[in-house]
Amino acid sequence: MASGTTIFSSTGKPTAPRRPPLSALDVTRLRDDFPALHVRRHNKELVYLDNAATSQKPRAVIATESHYYEAQNANVHRGMHYLSEIATSAYEDARMKMQRFLGASLSCEIIFTRGTTEAINLVAQTYGRQNIGAGDEIIISAMEHHSNIVPWQMLCEVTGSVLRVIPITDEGEIILEEYEKLLTPRTKLVSVLHVSNALGTVNPVKQMTEMAHRIGVPVLIDGAQATPHMAVNVKDIGCDFYACSGHKMFGPTGIGVLFGRAELLNKMPPFMGGGDMILSVTFEKTQYNGLPYKFEAGTPNIAGVIGLGAAVEYVEAIGMERIAAYEHEITQYGTQLLESIDGVKLVGTARNKAGVLSFTMDNAHAHDIGQILSEEGVAIRAGHHCAQPLMQRFGVAATARASLAFYNTREDLDALAAGIRKVKEVFD
Amino acid sequence: MAPNRALYEQVILEHNKKPRNFREMPDATNAIEGYNPLCGDHFTIYVKMNGDIVEDISFAGAGCAISKSSASVMTTLIKGKTKSEAEALFASFHKLVTSPPDVPVDEEKAGRLAVFAGVREFPVRIKCATLAWHTLLSALDGKAGSVSTE
Repeated sequence: MASGTTIFSSTGKPTAPRRPPLSALDVTRLRDDFPALHVRRHNKELVYLDNAATSQKPRAVIATESHYYEAQNANVHRGMHYLSEIATSAYEDARMKMQRFLGASLSCEIIFTRGTTEAINLVAQTYGRQNIGAGDEIIISAMEHHSNIVPWQMLCEVTGSVLRVIPITDEGEIILEEYEKLLTPRTKLVSVLHVSNALGTVNPVKQMTEMAHRIGVPVLIDGAQATPHMAVNVKDIGCDFYACSGHKMFGPTGIGVLFGRAELLNKMPPFMGGGDMILSVTFEKTQYNGLPYKFEAGTPNIAGVIGLGAAVEYVEAIGMERIAAYEHEITQYGTQLLESIDGVKLVGTARNKAGVLSFTMDNAHAHDIGQILSEEGVAIRAGHHCAQPLMQRFGVAATARASLAFYNTREDLDALAAGIRKVKEVFD
Repeated sequence: MAPNRALYEQVILEHNKKPRNFREMPDATNAIEGYNPLCGDHFTIYVKMNGDIVEDISFAGAGCAISKSSASVMTTLIKGKTKSEAEALFASFHKLVTSPPDVPVDEEKAGRLAVFAGVREFPVRIKCATLAWHTLLSALDGKAGSVSTE
């Protein structure tokens, strides 16, 4: 679509990077920060192209987690003692880092969850149960991950509300005219993903939010696949909720974030009951704590939160714009490479795409592709990518998917292409 | 030799490319669908029974090279066998693909199924190799509808 230096912001509009994209030399240096990228198989360094499943972790994150357990371990928001004070302060520092990273107005708008899945379930079970009733409609898209389908189906079952699905084009783009038609007085919530894990499509979430807001409908954005790859600003998007996962963005597993506008979060009932989410408890009546603690029942994943803070600091030092610009370059390189191989068909060819190369091959099933690539030292994912309705939309049972991060190189993509040629040797 | 050669034996690749008895069977006495929800592989196994004997068998559906070739080889072995012979064959096949990789394969006993011994190195593929067999056994038990590996 554009030259290698034009990149896309979270809003889908091209923006000029302030700093030049990462050079090959920068990436070589950055790769040294990731111990797992140097795991060897068959006497070669592993080529890791499964970043949409989970990303590798820089030493800064690993060291921060281990430092917490070695020098800061205590429960948060409770103890009067020294360790509890420093643990609490490190925990709340991470919340502010996340606030800055997502561009939220207030740190209390950042709720820590186990991941994107829990964040979406939280909204479904609190905001949803409170505001969505029989006959009301929830809009999602045809490219959603199961985690942005099933929580709404569960809500629909309980409340009698109805799920509506925005269709997509053969290229894997949301059809905005159809979305416009689905927005009616019955619509009570829109929940769509920012970047598709299976196709790589970057959705026009700012525009989609504006369209919903015109009729007063709140919007949740599933940002699990966006935050590792581009600058995200929730104020700029204008969304009411934004969910993301730590482990996809170079942080620990088991930690994620729900951003919610304070005005909405304040009105919502708690998700889970327990310690930390209360002000006072008697057997007659419990008074809930304020934001964000109302939604953080029980001892949280303290090490995970602090580790996620370190991940955010790490990528911010590189610069999300530079990461996006570099990934755009290598994605284009990879796309051309795969398109040049006979019998390979890319699934997902949106104009605005993040670093996901989903493909099928004429004579080899996705699992056989994945198996041979693994033996060639290239890690990809094969399967339905937790998006079975999307696979049905494209008439395939499964795809093979290479997904990139900023630490991937042109050489990684060359290894992928060589592996695919090997698959052809075996199966053609 | 790379382990892949052991997994993707020529016989397997050949059956994948040209599966035997790969057709629907309108006059089947029983048909049942086997499904692996983890990978989406699904095959329908058709049997035409004459008393206790599998007079005809075929399969249709989609899956990876391992599951497809396993279904194909299975149909060639099962035709003309009794239900208990089919069960005994599956028992020995199951033992073969789930035995530790360092246990030598009794080629004579395993016969044409020996080519699947490579699966032992790749535990996630065992379900691919056994999907059609599990489905067949359900069909022979007179079950209807579909069975899942999970």
